[in-house]
Amino acid sequence: MALDTDKREFKIVGTRPLRPDGIDKVTGRALYGADTTAPGMLVGRVLRSPHAHARIVSIDASAAEALQGVKAVITAADFTTANNSHSQAVLDNCMARGKAMYHGHGVAAVAAVSEAIAKQALKLIKVDYEILPHVTEIEDALKPDAPVLYPDKPAKRVPEGTPANVSHVTHFGHGDLEAGFAKADKIIERTFRTEATHQGYIEPHACLASVSPDGKGDLWCCTQGHYNVRALCADFMGMDASQLRVTASEIGGGFGGKTTVFIEPIALALSRKANKPVKLVMSREEVFKASGPTMSSVTDVKIGMTKDGRITAGYANLRYQCGAFPSGTIELGAMSAFAAYDLDAVKTDGLNVMTNRPREAAYRAPGAPTAVYPVESVVDELCQELGLDPLDVRLKNAARKGTKASYGPTFDDIGLVATLEAAKAHPHYSAPLGPNQARGVSCGFWFNFGGNTSVSLAVNVDGTVTLTEGNPDIGGSRASIGMMAAEELGIPFDKVRTLVADTASLGFNDVTDGSRVTFAVGLATIKAARDAIQKMCARVAKIWDIDPEAVVWEDGCVKPAGDNAGQYEPMSLAEIAAISVKTGGPIAGHHEVNADGAGVSFGVHLADVEVDPETGHTSVVRYTVFQDAGKAVHPAYVEGQMQGGAVQGIGWALNEEYIYGADGRLQNAGFLDYRIPVASDLPPIDTVILEIPNPGHPYGVRGVGETPIVPPLAALNNAVSRAIGVRMSALPMSPPRILKAIKG
Amino acid sequence: MRYVAAETVEQAVALLAGETGDARVLAGGTDLLVQIRMDLIEPDLLVDIKRIDGMFDITPENGGYRIGAAVSGAMLGEHAGVCALWPGVVEGFELIGSTQVQGRATMAGNLCNASPAGDAVPALVAANATVRIAGPDGTRDCAVADIPVAPGKTSLGKGEFITSVYLPARSDSAADAYLRFIPRTEMDIAVASAAVSLEMEGDICRAARVVLGAVGPTILIADQAAKTLVGTTMDDAALDALATACSDLASPIDDKRGTVEFRKDVVGVLAKRAAKIAQTRAGGKS
Ligand SMILES: Cc1cc2nc3c(=O)[nH]c(=O)nc-3n(C[C@H](O)[C@H](O)[C@H](O)COP(=O)(O)OP(=O)(O)OC[C@H]3O[C@@H](n4cnc5c(N)ncnc54)[C@H](O)[C@@H]3O)c2cc1C
Repeated sequence: MALDTDKREFKIVGTRPLRPDGIDKVTGRALYGADTTAPGMLVGRVLRSPHAHARIVSIDASAAEALQGVKAVITAADFTTANNSHSQAVLDNCMARGKAMYHGHGVAAVAAVSEAIAKQALKLIKVDYEILPHVTEIEDALKPDAPVLYPDKPAKRVPEGTPANVSHVTHFGHGDLEAGFAKADKIIERTFRTEATHQGYIEPHACLASVSPDGKGDLWCCTQGHYNVRALCADFMGMDASQLRVTASEIGGGFGGKTTVFIEPIALALSRKANKPVKLVMSREEVFKASGPTMSSVTDVKIGMTKDGRITAGYANLRYQCGAFPSGTIELGAMSAFAAYDLDAVKTDGLNVMTNRPREAAYRAPGAPTAVYPVESVVDELCQELGLDPLDVRLKNAARKGTKASYGPTFDDIGLVATLEAAKAHPHYSAPLGPNQARGVSCGFWFNFGGNTSVSLAVNVDGTVTLTEGNPDIGGSRASIGMMAAEELGIPFDKVRTLVADTASLGFNDVTDGSRVTFAVGLATIKAARDAIQKMCARVAKIWDIDPEAVVWEDGCVKPAGDNAGQYEPMSLAEIAAISVKTGGPIAGHHEVNADGAGVSFGVHLADVEVDPETGHTSVVRYTVFQDAGKAVHPAYVEGQMQGGAVQGIGWALNEEYIYGADGRLQNAGFLDYRIPVASDLPPIDTVILEIPNPGHPYGVRGVGETPIVPPLAALNNAVSRAIGVRMSALPMSPPRILKAIKG
Repeated sequence: MRYVAAETVEQAVALLAGETGDARVLAGGTDLLVQIRMDLIEPDLLVDIKRIDGMFDITPENGGYRIGAAVSGAMLGEHAGVCALWPGVVEGFELIGSTQVQGRATMAGNLCNASPAGDAVPALVAANATVRIAGPDGTRDCAVADIPVAPGKTSLGKGEFITSVYLPARSDSAADAYLRFIPRTEMDIAVASAAVSLEMEGDICRAARVVLGAVGPTILIADQAAKTLVGTTMDDAALDALATACSDLASPIDDKRGTVEFRKDVVGVLAKRAAKIAQTRAGGKS
């Protein structure tokens, strides 16, 4: 659906109405995953592997089953096999089948009448483990003598001779690298490392499942995509999708980590076995151990540049580990590494290697931050070595309309140049720096996504509108979608209420991910509103007894047009709605689409840091985000996305990391030692929104949620490296690492 | 698990001494309740001491202050007299947790949790503070320094608990300071810490006590390091000597919170910086 050709003056889009979910959230009325209850509800608990890698020789649950108050015990045997290998990995990650693949992997679960009994029951389950050698680090997992995770299941689509733990291999690029490097005045090659991080949402996974003996099921859960939950769970339970209704709760953060299932199938299986509703809530420790962290990475980068700052060639070899199951995230990394640049010669090679760690779940722009970080760091080092301004160099090499992207396609209208120019013109870029301070710059990129969407819009007889959509609101989408409906219909925003419906109420909706919702659901909403408008026009034409083509929709009213102009009093939505029951019945619009045309989004971040030379402690003293939003529907929410992404990236860059012991056990499964930034660690994050319309959306909207987590890693790396006079090449840049670098 | 809110010291002692299972004193609960929730401990009896008379009192005594065992960080921070006399003790205590935790956490709880990284302890030891202990054999006083014996272990006997902390008097030209290093700015656990208490005479340091935290199995009293300051004007050479002596004394471990090398370096830097703050404070008073 293309950008509207008539340049419109927006009345509602671009304003900042109060958030519709605000009162409920600040007063505690909002219902999150753990807030649903049912009569007779049992408490579920999961037994998790204490070992990093172990064969499950046997599970004896007889003592647990015999305990008074225990109503069901389940293992992997209580599920069917999934209908494809991807889904099977999701299921096997929920409940180990044959082997425990990582420390914290679920091996059995109980449902009991109280939490105390459930806990006691877990202690009574006897699991006989045969401990196997484990591997948690990328380079170890690639060694010829590494423990092999799946000796009986060699990866299918990898070339012969690839190390046994590699699940995916990928290549992108174009041009003649050798010729490109030959033209360079300076070439820098470096290896970069990042550690796995967790999405860090405040709300742990939680659900309530109820399965009745006649095969009908209900599931309430905290998820980014309940249609996906339904598809996966129905498959694992051997149920028809129509028999399982999934309702998404209010969500306390997801960031990609709630795009799959972890406990939902377990709760359903327990409920079926116990014939009672079962509530299952993860502890924070379980969230860290057994829900999705992101990948760790090792990347070699080589970039050549001329004296005047033209990049002549770029190469990156990326190795990701995404836990104990196959993962294709490496592809997104290999695609996005050089996306900001217009290059004649560029190549990326990537692989994913499996290790004894929890299965990776998507994390905001999955794959991109760890790929862009090495590239943007080497570009900065080249600028430093050649005495060039880092923004000038990026402008000189920036991808623009017509650029053949490093990952294949040719870009349409994109906002990178405008974003770089805005950064250069901003007072932040020329502000003086104090002692031990320095400034870092980085670009970032995300593809964005459209996808399957169903929307239904009911025009109520009182002139209000109820909008029903199927995507959990993780970043303010109910506001922006309601605003787009109000804009189209010419009614005030507060006359629209937007609800996220359960899986029984609409056609299929893809998960809330890929920054797709404001774009795709917005697009479907505009279409649904136009569908309703068409119906209202027809209705009024009938009342006036003129041709439907002889009326127009203008300023929220149906008006007579052409020869009939001025002949009749315009009728507003409210007036049409009020008499709808007498003129042909209820009026509603709907739209179903697999949306295409999500425009890519670029951002540029400026970070000023101060490093304490005696302790290696980094303070972020000033931070500004510049990003192309296409069209910012609700600018405050767009700013919130830009700020939130920046903060998560700052955490990734400075202190967050999964720490494993030699025993393969996770050592910091809690917020005390897994250090996300706290409010006092951060300066105000300034934001500058640019609006370069996306040609693929009627209002020009682009997704904005993911791009902002991409630049902070390199922006911080570049700022710290300049502040201490040593180039850093590993994240997190925790104080011990920085102090060591300073001391040489 | 049973919970009893004791009304008197005697009742609390009797309960603690009479329990055959695991009995624990509950003060603010900011360590205890977290440990129970995390399944680290399963006490059989909790004896809440907050209802006992005097537990929230802060009383002048011989030029110093006696502080009840239930006094929270928020309460102590509002006490002008203690803040003026022992600013380093107050600042260490106030570093604990967040606003919510400050409303509950106690110094005795921090001490009896016996973590080498406890933030209230180094400055208390540098202050030569004592605690009053009630037990089956009556009341005794003990140096704060002698309470922790190993990570998670105290020298308190069965049935004993701390009823108050005593901060002694000192001269007008004395002051103290406490600094810790954490990777973030709050809500974190000390990777290394240092408390310095000084007695000045004009520009010259007459007495010093230096105590290090999180760089050994218990807090470390750095007497040799303190000597580097005594008799000096606390010039750069003296401060560097202090830092080196502290780094040498520290015997930290490598763990998820920091490396040996890092902790040794940083504890010296903290001691140096804390000494300068204490020096400025002492000067400001005379
Ligand atoms: C979010 C959070 C942040 C924190 N941050 C910090 C921090 O920055 N620095 C830090 O050092 N600590 C921190 N802590 C730990 C804790 O808050 C402190 O150790 C606090 O001082 C404990 O005091 P309390 O009164 O709550 O102790 P409680 O939890 O009541 O007790 C702790 C232990 O001491 C025993 N005990 C308590 N009082 C007595 C007594 N009078 N006599 C004998 N035994 C007693 C208890 O039985 C228990 O074993 C934090 C805790 C939380 C939850």
